[in-house]
Amino acid sequence: MDVNATIQDLKKQMEDLKRTNEKNQLAMVVFSGELDKLLAAFIIATGAVAMGFEVVMFFTFWATSSLRKKKFKAKGKDFFGKMFGFMLPKGPSRVKISKMNMGGMGTAMMKKLMKKKNTQSLEQMIDLAAELDVKIHICEMSMDLMGFTREEMIDYPHKDFVGVASFLEVAGNSKIQLFI
Amino acid sequence: MSEDIKVDVEMDLKGMPCPLPVVKVSQKIKTMQIGQIMVAVTTDPGAHSDFPAWAKTSGNEIMKVDREESVSKFYIKKLK
Repeated sequence: MDVNATIQDLKKQMEDLKRTNEKNQLAMVVFSGELDKLLAAFIIATGAVAMGFEVVMFFTFWATSSLRKKKFKAKGKDFFGKMFGFMLPKGPSRVKISKMNMGGMGTAMMKKLMKKKNTQSLEQMIDLAAELDVKIHICEMSMDLMGFTREEMIDYPHKDFVGVASFLEVAGNSKIQLFI
Repeated sequence: MSEDIKVDVEMDLKGMPCPLPVVKVSQKIKTMQIGQIMVAVTTDPGAHSDFPAWAKTSGNEIMKVDREESVSKFYIKKLK
């Protein structure tokens, strides 16, 4: 057997391994805009930081609406932009649960129960995520589609506006990928 | 002879639900020296599976668990 060829082959494999660059990182697609699913996303994200992971949350579609400021009048929107802006929940305090909402009663009861059981609210979870350096990447295309402006998104210290390639790069280097 | 562990840091996590106990402990342990011992006092029923999983992943050691009715004490030694 040719020793040199074997060495060359091993060297190539080593370089391939280096290039995969897999990190102790969690990449999460947050697609859903409902309270229960968003809470699950943030609980996993903050828990992952405790476990030594770096975390990147990629907010797309309905989830982007949950990151809007509660009181902010964005100017210069077209008709569809205005409609989306009006119809979708304005920020984390306005999102509803995905089942048993019953015209808002279910969400109100869930929030009351969460307070009683001392569970963190979505707003508190976002603050905790910020404190733990969880990165939030927001999908540009979703925002553009629904007519959301960058200015109407909540102030979050590790926020970025990205596209799908950016997410895939992060996901490719991560040990865990989730879709919520 | 169960009280012979010398505790350096005590954390009261009573009433805190998942994921706060592991989040708070993982933050606090960063400020400690290697070899120091923390006792985490929790009422979270999930802690009995969460702390061992956390310790295994983060490379720390759970020396002892004192389980009383709803309150549990986890003695955690910082290893790295």
